Amino acid sequence: MAILETQELTYTYSRGTPFEKTAVDHVSLSINEGEIIGVMGHTGSGKSTLIQHFNGLLQPTSGKVLLDGRDIWENKRKIRDVRFQVGLVFQYPEYQIFEETVFRDIAFGPKNMGLDEAEIKRRVLETANDIGLPEELMEHSPFELSGGQKRRVAIAGVMAMEPKVLILDEPTAGLDPAGRDLILEHIRAYHRRTKNTILIVSHSMEDIAAFADRILVMNRGSVFCFDRTDKVFSRAEEIAGIGLDVPQVTKVFMELKRRGMDFGGEAYTVDCAKELILRRIRERNGSAPC
Amino acid sequence: MKNIIEIEKLHFSYPAEEGKEAAEVLKGISLSIREGEFVAVLGHNGSGKSTLAKHINAILLPTEGRVTVDGIDTADEDRLFDLRQRAGMVFQNPDNQIVSSVVEEDVAFALENLGVPYEEMRRRVDDALKAVGMYEYRLHSPSQLSGGQKQRIAIAGIIAMQPKCIILDEPTAMLDPQGRREVLATVQRMNREQGITVVLITHYMDEAAQCDRVVVIDKGSVLMDGTPREVFSQVERIKAIGLDVPQATELAHELRKAGIELPEDILTAEECADAIEALFTKKGSN
Repeated sequence: MAILETQELTYTYSRGTPFEKTAVDHVSLSINEGEIIGVMGHTGSGKSTLIQHFNGLLQPTSGKVLLDGRDIWENKRKIRDVRFQVGLVFQYPEYQIFEETVFRDIAFGPKNMGLDEAEIKRRVLETANDIGLPEELMEHSPFELSGGQKRRVAIAGVMAMEPKVLILDEPTAGLDPAGRDLILEHIRAYHRRTKNTILIVSHSMEDIAAFADRILVMNRGSVFCFDRTDKVFSRAEEIAGIGLDVPQVTKVFMELKRRGMDFGGEAYTVDCAKELILRRIRERNGSAPC
Repeated sequence: MKNIIEIEKLHFSYPAEEGKEAAEVLKGISLSIREGEFVAVLGHNGSGKSTLAKHINAILLPTEGRVTVDGIDTADEDRLFDLRQRAGMVFQNPDNQIVSSVVEEDVAFALENLGVPYEEMRRRVDDALKAVGMYEYRLHSPSQLSGGQKQRIAIAGIIAMQPKCIILDEPTAMLDPQGRREVLATVQRMNREQGITVVLITHYMDEAAQCDRVVVIDKGSVLMDGTPREVFSQVERIKAIGLDVPQATELAHELRKAGIELPEDILTAEECADAIEALFTKKGSN
């Protein structure tokens, strides 16, 4: 079932001035409940403008955004509720931490929702557990923590509102490889527990490849493609053509294909590349006359 | 070729907080970098790699040991200007290092401080902007530029000082793939055409794979030091300290573990494709 939909969504910045620019142009798409969606597109592709519509930070110039089948702008005064249901984690969210303790920082959103103490506590502790922050950290100042931990506190603050849709803008930017894997693993833990829909914006196709059910690729304000991960990777050449980076293993297979070797599948992680090659070797050995 | 940067038994601790013991961040690092070399420094967050970089142009001074650049001891306060003119630093966040509201004024900032005559300054600013491919933007406001363009302006500001080396501390961490490519290509050109020594601190293994030499820092010490091929072929060791190797290297490594014969020192997609192709054509002709 669709949780989030856009219908002919269009957004124009600085309308009626010489700087007028249509950043999102008649975009119609539908995201199902419980899906993990990867969102890609280079700077200026319209992806940030698009996601800022999902929780009503921007209002469409024309077209609609539907949450659970209802137009989020149907009643302007209810837009605050939409922000509780669609949580947006910005880039470098650790800069937005401000509370005195980790617990209070994570509790800030749930508190604003008017939940009672017991419910707030449950949510804070459950999300802290998902995101890998031990309970003894709860009374520490978030400013004493490492960069990676601070980021997880900030992400937990949005998760604790238990939004139906969680949107993360480049959650791994600036982290080292181990920190990057850790954050993704914890986001997956949150998804396993809550089954809520997740959108993850990333420049790293490698991160997204192992993570998303479907990938949305934006280009020049329009949907370039929105399909299952393997289908999107089968168009790797075109995707590289619009200025995005494809994983190195995908490049290996693109090169092999160019040389006439088809492995009968798309390689977008090291593991699946390995399997494809091993399978081909087994087939050859099996069919070869002894 | 002579050494431009000499680091000898460098120890460093940040000042201890009250009641706590000072943690040693750098534990006796010795490293020599030759003139014209392009060196990548890898290490996970907290390994000490940025602390190390800050010693090269005297933002930090050794607790113990010695750092010299082009023969100047970084601890020699009287020669601080000389030192920083020879070794320029570019930081991660482009927005934190731009001071002027016009691109060419920003590039001229350090030259004004050094008291370079106007004619000379004009020429150096123009040359630097051309070198980073931003000359057409000289009268623009930096606020209208992309992250990658801003980093190139920051690099131009350093180049205008005609330094012997540039130290870049994760210059591409906040950039998109397009911006990353622009910045890396600019630095590579500086190195190739002007012979400027480059020390590049990065989390991106594909960037490190393109350097002459890779130094891996772990827990305040040098863990590995060699060509990208030598370093990345030690897949298990690199992974054990929370770093990655290029995917092509990892794929070859995984296949080797499964008993397939492949060379150990694969770095690029091209080489990996060659090796896999050879695997099938060789055996297929039997």
